[in-house]
Amino acid sequence: MSPQEDNRVPPGTGATTPPTRRQARQSDRKDEVRTEKAAETADGALPPPAAAAPEPETASQTLLQRIMTGNALVAFLSVVLSLILGGLLIAVTDPAVGRASSYFFTRPQDTLGAAWSAASNAYIALFQGSVINVRGTSFTSVIYPLTQTLTVATPLICAGLGVALAFRAGLFNIGAQGQILIGATFAAWVGFTLHLPAGLHLLLVVLAGMVGGAIWAGLVGLLKARTGAHEVILTIMFNYIATNLVLYFLSTSAFQRPGSTNPISPQLDGTAVYPLLLGPAFRLHWGFVVAVVATVFVWWLLNRSTIGFELRAVGANASAARTAGISVSKGYILAMAIAGALAGLAGVAQVSGTEKVLTSGVAASFGFDAITVALLGRSSPWGTFAAGILFGAFRAGGVTMQASTGTSIDIVLVVQSLIVLFIAAPPLVRALFRLPVPGAVGKGSTTPRTPASTGAAA
Amino acid sequence: MSTATTTTATGTGTGTSGVRSWKNPIILSVVALFCLVVFALGAPGNSVTFRLSEADDAIVLPSLVVSAPIIGWVCTLVMLALAVLAVVRTRAGVRTPTWVPAVFAVLFFIAFLTWVVGSARTPNVALYGLLAGSVTLAVPLIFGSLSGVLCERSGVVNIAIEGQLLFGAFAAAVAASLSGSAFVGLVAAAAAGVLVSLVLAVFSIRYVVNQVIVGVVLNVLVSGLTGFLFSAVLSEDSQRWNSPPRLPVIRIPFLADIPIIGPILFEQTIVGYLMYVAVAVVYVALYHSRWGLRTRAVGEHPKAADTLGVNVNRRRFVNVLLAGVVAGVGGSFFTLVAVSGFGKDMTAGQGYIALAALIFGRWNPIGAFFAALLFGFATNLSNVLSLLGTPVPDQFLRMLPYVVTVFAVAGLVGRSRAPGASGIPYIKG
Repeated sequence: MSPQEDNRVPPGTGATTPPTRRQARQSDRKDEVRTEKAAETADGALPPPAAAAPEPETASQTLLQRIMTGNALVAFLSVVLSLILGGLLIAVTDPAVGRASSYFFTRPQDTLGAAWSAASNAYIALFQGSVINVRGTSFTSVIYPLTQTLTVATPLICAGLGVALAFRAGLFNIGAQGQILIGATFAAWVGFTLHLPAGLHLLLVVLAGMVGGAIWAGLVGLLKARTGAHEVILTIMFNYIATNLVLYFLSTSAFQRPGSTNPISPQLDGTAVYPLLLGPAFRLHWGFVVAVVATVFVWWLLNRSTIGFELRAVGANASAARTAGISVSKGYILAMAIAGALAGLAGVAQVSGTEKVLTSGVAASFGFDAITVALLGRSSPWGTFAAGILFGAFRAGGVTMQASTGTSIDIVLVVQSLIVLFIAAPPLVRALFRLPVPGAVGKGSTTPRTPASTGAAA
Repeated sequence: MSTATTTTATGTGTGTSGVRSWKNPIILSVVALFCLVVFALGAPGNSVTFRLSEADDAIVLPSLVVSAPIIGWVCTLVMLALAVLAVVRTRAGVRTPTWVPAVFAVLFFIAFLTWVVGSARTPNVALYGLLAGSVTLAVPLIFGSLSGVLCERSGVVNIAIEGQLLFGAFAAAVAASLSGSAFVGLVAAAAAGVLVSLVLAVFSIRYVVNQVIVGVVLNVLVSGLTGFLFSAVLSEDSQRWNSPPRLPVIRIPFLADIPIIGPILFEQTIVGYLMYVAVAVVYVALYHSRWGLRTRAVGEHPKAADTLGVNVNRRRFVNVLLAGVVAGVGGSFFTLVAVSGFGKDMTAGQGYIALAALIFGRWNPIGAFFAALLFGFATNLSNVLSLLGTPVPDQFLRMLPYVVTVFAVAGLVGRSRAPGASGIPYIKG
């Protein structure tokens, strides 16, 4: 953690230069590197420079572009590799495998068979809990897991967008957890205290959630802009403060359910909750549509608006941005506030969508998962959206897996973090699978990739 | 942190007084007025007892009995005077001396302690217990922040302290349970810390992945891995896997009888003694050895170090692994000293607090040591106070360490400077 963090490559910036130019630049001031980079890539919205076009890993930011370039293979192999490692872990710890391994040298096929069934059963349960239940008797029960995935993905996408947006402004926002909690608190209060007509009430709930998250995160932005305090530390501390604050609120008469001694709020009014999207058979609610809208909005904001340009400029190189007349302080505060508002939407999705009450555990661990979601999505809006759905599937399926095969849901965390790690280091995956190094002809070497492009890859 | 960019942009170093900074005087004035209202005007009328030793100690000190209103008023008035001094100095364009905020902080601390204990149902607190408990709570924080010092001084940001502590705790519990020896657990903890460090080093140095990202992901990975193994293996047969023997407390005769500081310094487990040794060794090595000079050079200006023949990335690699040893040993504190046995996510964010201590301590081993002690004290104080029954709600007391951290990072060290190349990968070329 350093004051030089502004010079650190932000996760969203893609570099596109061959090593020779890059190395030459390394000796120059970092600022210049950043300026060029920012100008060159502009989030991959611009086509890559003609000279760099033959390199398949150039400027691949969005998921779609990644698939069209060679990186899709690396992403796919990363997922496969992580699933294999996770499967090994499940197999090794399985009691049946342990029993069979005691006579491994007389009948090795027993051990291997037990290992295979342990891992495959867990993954089949994971799949059936997250995509399609093949044993379902009706259409509803067959596609139910898929809607569960989307329901779980909703807060992940919203909060992930917030983290991604802050990344793009050069801020490492670890505080989505606290922002979700405060957003949920604001939303829930409006939801059960005010009694308003349908429509207006929900609108106010959503707004309150966004305002709550925006205030909580904006405070971090303000402190960073004014005092230079590090946002990683600030957001982590604000998470703890938010948890305790919500616990305190839930012990006051304004928030605590009348007659209850537990830290739980009253139910939100029927007018304050998201309507169900696909009817009462599914839990999927309109919050998912809001998440889609939020994704479009963030894409527009980052790539098509002046504010977005300024935020990206601040993230790419704060000094250059300041020289160009952009207020870095304003950028920090604004980026955090918008990020908080998005996390607040995740809080609304929880209190107004699935939980319908406020508890201190309403944010689950969505705020922390959102960080990996944004990293996997390479801080691009649609990448984050896709990553949110993938992790939503893991989470929804993990619950089914834990229930049916007894495999702990923690394995999902292992697989998720391995995926992010592998995707961040394509040379490792290529080396493991003996893949040819892309652009080897052009680069003429197998040196590690640039910090910028690998940073972007995470 | 915008510190570096602010200073470079305005073209003035932090040392010059070209621009008047009103931050300090404003913060001091606001805090002093707050103290006037709460600690002086709102002081409880009774007296406060600070017990300095137990009745059956070898040397019994009399208890310190002070009057809450007198302490409150004296501290507040001096704080107001310091705030006025800061305002006057800033108006004249002269820098406020650094001792002013320091004295101010100490006075605030005394006033706060007197007020909060005085307002409790039982205005009587064992100061020796408060201090000893703080040191105990600070042990993993100190190891963690030393790990951060080793990494960041050589230019690698270490967010993975949390993961190193957690994996160290896990390995210590398992190894000590299987072998029946706590010392085997200690070694295993160090090895586990190195393992996490190895991943951090390979990804951030060999594959030049953004260091913050690797750190964050490693924490999730370790949390998931230990959580999974905990529920799949450890809780299935906890007698075999998760019942480590505890490290014995080694009491040094006579020295341990010194009031207040005796138990803190001379009645510790081996992990506790190792902590003091580690702080001293890292400090001396960093500032008074060739290794330290090169480490700092690599962290400040890798290009220059490289020019002089230092292998930058190898030095970073080695330092990150060393940091793993330190943090791993710190992790063993959780399962071999604090409680006997591993629990899911038992480090509970201590690694992040260690990170805050590192920054608060200005990337200096001694500074990090005292910062970690402060956080340990804040945590312990909130534990003790919730037992004493204060008017302050429990949740606010539990917030205390985190609020202190925010104030520390935002108010007191806003202008601190990290090693120049921290977080920036070095590519020879």
